Amino acid sequence: MPMLERPPRRRRRATATWALLALACCTAGADEEVVHRERSLYQTILITQEPSRLCMKFTIRDRERNQSCTDPRSPKRMVFTYTRMMMASLLLTPDPGSVLVAGLGGGTLPTALADLLPGARIEIAEIDPAVVQAARTYFGFETDDRLRVHVSDARVFVKRALARGEHYDLVLLDAYSGDYIPEHLMTVEFLAEVRALLAPGGVVAANTFATSILYDHESETYRAVFGEFFNLRLPDSNNRVILASNSPLPTRATLRDNARSWHRRLRAYDVPIASYPSRLSRKVDWDDTKRALTDQYSPANLLRAR
Amino acid sequence: MSLELLGGRILAPWFGSSIYVWGSIITVFMLSLSAGYLIGGRLSLRAPTLAKFGWIFVLAALVLAPVVYLAEPAMAWVFERIEDPRYGSLAASLVLFVVPTVVLGAISPYAVRLLVRFREESGNVAGTLYFVSTMGSALGTLATSFYFVLWFEMDTIVVTLAGVLLVLGAAGVGARRLDHDGNDHADA
Repeated sequence: MPMLERPPRRRRRATATWALLALACCTAGADEEVVHRERSLYQTILITQEPSRLCMKFTIRDRERNQSCTDPRSPKRMVFTYTRMMMASLLLTPDPGSVLVAGLGGGTLPTALADLLPGARIEIAEIDPAVVQAARTYFGFETDDRLRVHVSDARVFVKRALARGEHYDLVLLDAYSGDYIPEHLMTVEFLAEVRALLAPGGVVAANTFATSILYDHESETYRAVFGEFFNLRLPDSNNRVILASNSPLPTRATLRDNARSWHRRLRAYDVPIASYPSRLSRKVDWDDTKRALTDQYSPANLLRAR
Repeated sequence: MSLELLGGRILAPWFGSSIYVWGSIITVFMLSLSAGYLIGGRLSLRAPTLAKFGWIFVLAALVLAPVVYLAEPAMAWVFERIEDPRYGSLAASLVLFVVPTVVLGAISPYAVRLLVRFREESGNVAGTLYFVSTMGSALGTLATSFYFVLWFEMDTIVVTLAGVLLVLGAAGVGARRLDHDGNDHADA
């Protein structure tokens, strides 16, 4: 009997420990309950319930990070700054007919885009089937004819889509789970494939890092493929969003026009789109002597640790 | 081991970096090494000399270096024909890594034959060889994954590995004495 009694107690303690750890590192002191914990092929997935939000978190190393959260009381609201920043892509391509999203998370971005772009076809490449399942179970993520999810490595998906002759108006790269970077998704060759996948005037938005010398290497990598691009950085976020296109970048006036046309529709999502045009910068604010990352040279995780 | 690690890197752009890609690579390396052991053992039955031993290294270098040039077209070829990335990565690993790994596998048993002079010491010689070879693998793994990938391009590392094999092979072919201490091959 003692053997039978012990595990539950231990599990409870483990849950409490996890919650404490999570509190200590990531949340603003709110009570947090781990609703679901699962070791998938690629990571540990945690679903946590806090008083005002439900989150999906990935743990690969010892640290964890809020990956995707929703506020059940206003489910449309985008909880994270970086998610809102990704919506700035609509300033460059205001009405994309086809969208590819690399990395599902809780499905916040693709679901929002499906709502906002009723005519668009949206495809998602997510490597981890457990993430897809968790998004369905806990975040109400639903697929249909025009919102489809493919369990696939994004690099493989892009190559296959190229081989099929497909094109996308908008590609969102959001595949950096937790603290680990899939290194084959941050190289000149990969970005060249993504660029080739873009329809004329197509746009790429990438959620990336604003800290460490990886910032320099990554910026050079994007510049090597796209030339000039927009950088979106905000004071309240450690992320930066890169916005690049296979066409010349739009003028500030065009950005403002697009912001005006989107402003009202994005209010429910809490996206301050009107404030973004003035924040999009073409300035080279990185060390441009750092080398671009390639399939031959891509120690992104080692560079990030420096 | 260094090559095995780089194998993961080489396949990732075409087949991703999922667990089955590693499964493919490890499977192919294990199969190839086992075949190499068998072949090396058989070869050692036919008038073994240090010169012939050196030629195995030279051959390994010659079949390893082309991997650098073959990789892209070979993977593109497989990618077009096999949709499932599990079998795609397995097929690509077979095409790229079987030949060099079989040749590298032949080295150890041949070395045992050269180094063993009395039956009584055979276990000791084999033990020492396993030690050197596995220790070399461990150091090669560590150096490659911690540092080489940060300092060098992948092709540079592969070509350097081939270069080291070539130099060791040339030394073997050139050396006269059969009991020359030729077991420093292992970290390849």
